Amino acid sequence: MTELPSKSRNIPDRLVSPIKTALFSWPTLLLAVAIFIFILNSFASPYFLSAWSLSDATFNFTEKALIALAMALLIVSGEIDLSVAGIIALASTIMGLALQFGVDTPGLVVIGILTGLVCGAFNGALVTGLGLPSIVVTIGTMSLFRGISFIILGDQAFKGYPESFAFFGQGYVWWVISFEFVLFLLSAAIFYVLLHRTNFGRHIFVIGNNPVAARFSGVRVERVKFVLFCLTGLMAGVAAVLLTSRLGSTRPSIATGWELGIITMVVLGGVNILGGTGSIQGVVIAAFVMGLVTFGLGLLNVPGIVMSIFIGALLIGVIALPILLTRLHDRVSR
Amino acid sequence: MSRLLKNREIWLLLVIGALVVATTLRAPGFAQPANLLDIFNNTSILMILALGQMAVIITRSIDLSMATNLALSGMIVALTNAAFPDIPVPFLMVLATFCGLVMGAFNGILVWKLGIPAIVVTLGTLTIFRGLIFVIAGGSWVNADKFSTDFVQYTRIEFLGLPLLSWYAITIAVMFFVLMTRTPMGRAIYAIGVNPTASTYAGINVGRTTFVAFCISGMLAGFSGYLWVSRYVIGSVEVANGYELTIIAACVIGGISIAGGVGTVGSALLGALFLGVINSALPVINISPFWQMAISGAAIILAVILNARGQKQKGRLILKKGNTQ
Repeated sequence: MTELPSKSRNIPDRLVSPIKTALFSWPTLLLAVAIFIFILNSFASPYFLSAWSLSDATFNFTEKALIALAMALLIVSGEIDLSVAGIIALASTIMGLALQFGVDTPGLVVIGILTGLVCGAFNGALVTGLGLPSIVVTIGTMSLFRGISFIILGDQAFKGYPESFAFFGQGYVWWVISFEFVLFLLSAAIFYVLLHRTNFGRHIFVIGNNPVAARFSGVRVERVKFVLFCLTGLMAGVAAVLLTSRLGSTRPSIATGWELGIITMVVLGGVNILGGTGSIQGVVIAAFVMGLVTFGLGLLNVPGIVMSIFIGALLIGVIALPILLTRLHDRVSR
Repeated sequence: MSRLLKNREIWLLLVIGALVVATTLRAPGFAQPANLLDIFNNTSILMILALGQMAVIITRSIDLSMATNLALSGMIVALTNAAFPDIPVPFLMVLATFCGLVMGAFNGILVWKLGIPAIVVTLGTLTIFRGLIFVIAGGSWVNADKFSTDFVQYTRIEFLGLPLLSWYAITIAVMFFVLMTRTPMGRAIYAIGVNPTASTYAGINVGRTTFVAFCISGMLAGFSGYLWVSRYVIGSVEVANGYELTIIAACVIGGISIAGGVGTVGSALLGALFLGVINSALPVINISPFWQMAISGAAIILAVILNARGQKQKGRLILKKGNTQ
């Protein structure tokens, strides 16, 4: 059922060159899609190709993409976290609560990120400590976290964040380069190194491919997964700080439905939803693809809900297309 | 007796009973038959949806698109009814079911023929269907005054003391019970959930059976689309927004294993009923409705923990104890 198109069963008489592999890899395909959409956008709307509007476009996806980086690692390890949007709501609410007690900007940031970390640790403890399936646990904590926000806030909102707090979601580091965007690029680099250049990253892949074999090889499966849940919570906390700062207020309905958008981003980035394969490059490019699609359609006055048709079709299409092409190729060559 | 205690339906029933008793202590009149029937009626749609979800979950898949399938089918019949009030309502019910079937089959075919994981397929169709509602309705609502009387009444007419809505749920539950426990297809659905490899050797087409499960969940979601629109007398883009996870929650509370192969019709119904009782109990005992979300979240987590306790396998001994020192 979950058979993916694999290499031909014949043993090749020479190795495929690394350039050729890179050329036909998932990130390259995505990059082509991204460039295509970019060009299409610049023809479709005269307002697209300006530094400021492109900078605005980045705000659409950086917060989600930050979480997607950590989620990618989690999904590679064979787990999933559906509660990230709930964590954003709770972290934002706790920040608002702290604000009422006169906590200033640095304190707010720390509290927001810590709340995320604690929520992530809670998920991790339930999944790894008690051995529960993560998809169900995080459906539960998703309601629990957002539910606590609703209990605290009801139909009210926290407002009046300090001026200096606004920098994180609205500030620019240099010219049109926003703080959010810089943070995203930095995090992407860190996560790239973590997943592709460290032992910890190797362990994630091993666990995702075969948790039993991983355990037999001395990988601390539970501990790695726990750390990944904490990391995802932490990034959700960071996103909560950015989003709260950008909106300047907290409502319990903040970031509703984001979990599905984030997972779409990760899957679009070529991460196998069943675990074991994926790359940070792919996720980063997928973030840009989704950002460009929504922004381009927005410039064309397409309502957000209609955009979701494109995003959904993109998700299914980008996964179905290679499978169909491989089948076609097999049929022709046979 | 001990078999009875291990039966999770009995436990769920006891918990629901305890909930009702506890609520009645605070608010006399909660346990009156009329009120209980009312709760049953209010939970009917969730019960139907939970059954559909159950069929899919048992095959080791998941259908995240049920709520939007419901909303899209509901919008189609709502628009049809508003435009052609003379079309008899039973025909609209069939239309809604058919629309749901088409959407379910679309999910199923992608899972079956392309081998894309169900969670990815339904995540995609979830957003696609929701967007399509906006497109076909042109962004507008279908308001209460646009519906024909029949359209609204066909869930409300009372028969033997129960509204028709409850009867639909009962009928579907009985049909579903027969399908799952008395037909080869039902056995196949369970079999591929327990062990797809063994099922293949036994001559069961795993892909096709999964496809059928998606068709079932799609049909039930589509039919629920009519029920929802008729019950709440509104067709809009926002119908059942976020409800997909409530449906899964009902299944999980009922003890249907997300790993597939485990779950009974009774437990799915009771899982839905549990959520229904909580929803009606909270306002009665003066707990703010804002608590509802957190409580159902906690209930899901608790249910999963309790489920796992019975099923947990002992870890494999890799090294003998003595050798580890």
